[in-house]
This record gives sequence, C-alpha cells and structure tokens, in this order.
Amino acid sequence: MATERLAIIATKGTLDMAYPPLILASTAASLGIETAVFFTFYGLNIIHKKRMHELKIAPIGNPAMPMAFPPSMQNPITNTISSIFPGPPQIMGVIPGMTDLMSFMMKKTIKEHGVADIPELLEACKEAEVKLIPCQMTMELFGYKYEDLIEGLEPPAGAATFINYVIEADKPMIIFV
Amino acid sequence: MATITPDKTLDASGLNCPLPVLKTKKAIESLQSGQVLEVITTDPGAKADIPAFCNRTGHQLLETVEEGGKIIFYLKKK
Repeated sequence: MATERLAIIATKGTLDMAYPPLILASTAASLGIETAVFFTFYGLNIIHKKRMHELKIAPIGNPAMPMAFPPSMQNPITNTISSIFPGPPQIMGVIPGMTDLMSFMMKKTIKEHGVADIPELLEACKEAEVKLIPCQMTMELFGYKYEDLIEGLEPPAGAATFINYVIEADKPMIIFV
Repeated sequence: MATITPDKTLDASGLNCPLPVLKTKKAIESLQSGQVLEVITTDPGAKADIPAFCNRTGHQLLETVEEGGKIIFYLKKK
C-alpha cells in the first residue's frame, strides 16, 4: 500500500490549542496513517515536562470563550450568570488571577465531561506510534533542553528534516495548528 | 436487542472523542481475525466515528444498537 503520512504542526501553547494536534494525531495513527507532530514555538510547551501541566486558557483576547461552568458547579446562581453573559466579559481578563481561575474551571469542565487531559493524549499518541518531533531552533530560542521535554520524543529536528519526512510519502498531508 | 455474542467487550461509557476510537483500536488488536468486539459508548460523536474507523481499517461493523443513552457497536475483526 502507498505510504500515507499526516504531519501536524503545533505552534500554540494554550490549553485549548494543545488539544487539536494531539487528538488528530492519535486518531490518525489509530486509523493506520503514519503520523508526526512537529512542535514549534509555544507548541513546545505541550511536550515540556513541567509546562505541560501548566497550560492555560485566557479569557482576554478570546471573545469566543463561552460562560460554561463545570457540571458540578451548575446551580441557579451559575445558570443565571451563564444566561446573562455569553462569555466572561473581556474586562475581567485584566483582573489578576483570572487566567488561572479560567484555566482551573476549564480543566474541571474537561475532566467532568470525560475528555482526556493532555498527558493522557500524549501517552495515547506515543502508544499509537505518533512521531513527536521538537523543533531544534525554537528549543534554543526558548532555552529548552532535550531533557526538559518529555520522554519518548524523536530527536530535535529542523524544517528541512520535517518537510522531507512528509513529502517523501506517496500521500503526504500537513495540518497547521 | 442484540443477538450477537461478543468475544470481548469494551466499555467506553463516559469517554469522549477521541478516546472511544483509540480504545477500540487497542481492544480489537487483542482479538483474532473473525472475532467480535462489543463497544459500549455514550459519546454521540462515536456514532459517526466508529463507522469511520471501521471503514478505514477494514473491520466489519456488524450492528449498531442504541438503547438508554448508550450506543453499542459490534465489530468483527478483519
């Protein structure tokens, strides 16, 4: 069978943006497609041993964020708040601690809905033999060492190595996240 | 009412995309060709995703049963 390769480029390091590359990669690999994720810029935080547990979601600059409370926190008061505000008002974003609070609430909602967390999805990717490739240049830019990153990664690589890996397949595909 | 007797059951209740598909892939690997895997999910997305998984991987989707908020799939390993 012709080789099919899916390459995903993960450039963002917020909690919400860590999901799409890992969900797509683990699923594609489960469907029998050779899959790789190239982590560059803030995407490196997704595979950073320490920072992967501290991924955040900010209300500021994110007008699409819904006012969603975790199921266990839904009560007449929170339901009233949700019905009045379509999302956290942008001005709330400047209140110290608001980003941490929103991140905590989002993680709680994720857990209560039975959605996998980031470490679980990374494990699923590794189990499905997804190649997880850190970007050499951004590692140096940010001062991240290979040992700062999680186990089971491919060696750090540059753009040419990555593009070559993708394009040598009979059916290559790249997704930019 | 299902009439198929599965060789293995995977209970993926309460799990959401992409976990039902990932767990299905793992579970079916442990079966022999021709054996049947029962997958129980509560994820509405699985309704389209499990058939897509079968379509792609060549395993046969024998039957889909919906009862009491659960969607149950019967997959025959290729």
